[in-house]
Amino acid sequence: MSVKVEDKLFLNRFRVDEESHLGLIDYSLCTRECPDQPCLYICPANVYRLEADRISVNYEGCLECGTCRIGCPHFNIEWRFPKGGYGVRHKFG
Amino acid sequence: MNESFDVAIVGAGPAGISTACILAESGVKTIVLERGEYPGSKNMFGGVLYGHDLAQILPDYVQKGCPVERNIVESRIWYLSEDGGYQLGYRDRAFDDELKFNAFTVGRAKFDRWFADQAAQKGALVICSTVVTDLLRDGSGKVIGVRTDRPEGDLRASVVLLSDGINSPLAAKTGFRPEPKPENVALAVKETIALPEEVIDERFNVGPGQGVTTEILGEVTLGMNGVAFLYTNKASLSVGIGANLADFAARRVKPYEMLERFKAHPMVAPLIKAGKPREYLAHWLPEGGYDAIPQLCGDGFLVAGDSAMLFNAPHREGSNLAMASGRLAAEAIMEALQRGDFSRRGLAGYSARLESSFVIQDLKKYRHFPGFLGRHHEIFTTLPGAAAAAAREMIRVDGVPKRRKQQSILRNLRRRLPLLDWIRLLWDGWRAFR
Repeated sequence: MSVKVEDKLFLNRFRVDEESHLGLIDYSLCTRECPDQPCLYICPANVYRLEADRISVNYEGCLECGTCRIGCPHFNIEWRFPKGGYGVRHKFG
Repeated sequence: MNESFDVAIVGAGPAGISTACILAESGVKTIVLERGEYPGSKNMFGGVLYGHDLAQILPDYVQKGCPVERNIVESRIWYLSEDGGYQLGYRDRAFDDELKFNAFTVGRAKFDRWFADQAAQKGALVICSTVVTDLLRDGSGKVIGVRTDRPEGDLRASVVLLSDGINSPLAAKTGFRPEPKPENVALAVKETIALPEEVIDERFNVGPGQGVTTEILGEVTLGMNGVAFLYTNKASLSVGIGANLADFAARRVKPYEMLERFKAHPMVAPLIKAGKPREYLAHWLPEGGYDAIPQLCGDGFLVAGDSAMLFNAPHREGSNLAMASGRLAAEAIMEALQRGDFSRRGLAGYSARLESSFVIQDLKKYRHFPGFLGRHHEIFTTLPGAAAAAAREMIRVDGVPKRRKQQSILRNLRRRLPLLDWIRLLWDGWRAFR
């Protein structure tokens, strides 16, 4: 079954900061030492995507669940909450 | 923010606001710091709140306009295979009468905002759009306040209540509790699907304002240890599914694909038909049970609600545990304020109160539950299909004598799960629930 997560994220309201609250500490580690790359599928917002030979971080649609932070086997993700008032804004919750 | 407070509360959720209501009512100088633009803007749960624990904080919550979606009159449990499933439900007139608001659905964006307003009216200061980024400590390590992401955002307080939820970068940074292990949390995704009020009444066989909860186990979590749910709101349904995070990582399942499959299940699809998705959210559930509870208080701080991993997994209760822990934290804080002792010992009344309350007693009772589900994946893999085949065979009318059907069902069940494993399953199950 193919589902576009973009269609789901489109339903939400976000106040996007110019600066990312997520980052990979060492980009090369992901290709060098992480054959499984679980961030590519455990993230419920598909924030992490494989582009050419590097993982991109599409923080704009982050649902702030924290899964990637503890799910990354190398703890290679720097994870902060978005600045106060930024990020996802629940309408119903 | 050069002012100092008696109590600083991190997070305007059910735990933190419960504490704030009680403290503010007693004249304790209390500030609540919330990272969202408004309370509830970052908060998410399945959808059920419990009147008993809310009434202990706000006895007149109904009169005060608590934004109830639907009052739950029926609780259903489903055990699903790929093509169908078993259902069990219990409805009682009492839940619309003397037990009204025993359980009811709310949307957190509305409820938390309303709840925080009640605390503010009692005199608590609720400050939004403010992330607590660190804890301030004195030379001895005692927590004496919080650092926020506002300019000059340090704030001093005699006591800090950490009610910042299960996902806490603050905990990861300061170590007030350990970062959860993937096997101790479930990742759940939920969609809010809008439908006209009358359509929901009809599809769930309820009157106006009445609601139904459905907890769902089986093949829907694709072999992973997890649960799905379907809750009725006033004019929408909360449709969600979650599974153990370690299982997600091992099985390479995408959460939103699993949600979409669940929505297409033959028992789910007709209920949500023609509904319009309105929101898609993700959140963790603390599922480690009693053994995952961290240290509940230390010098200058206490931990409550999801942040303290207080979640009763078999009963899917969390918001009531959050409110009860918030209330007990407030009582312990007032005791500490009277004595002027904010050390771990001075705040220990909180742990003692929690221990003797239903919160810890229930978690202790179900101490073996997380291990039970972790050890018995057959509940999510082979058993749903085997159970479905048994029911299909018994219901199918084909001229075969029933005894022969029964024998072939038993043979099939034994083939799918050897006798010794059945005994293990039943024994562990009894230990998990007794």
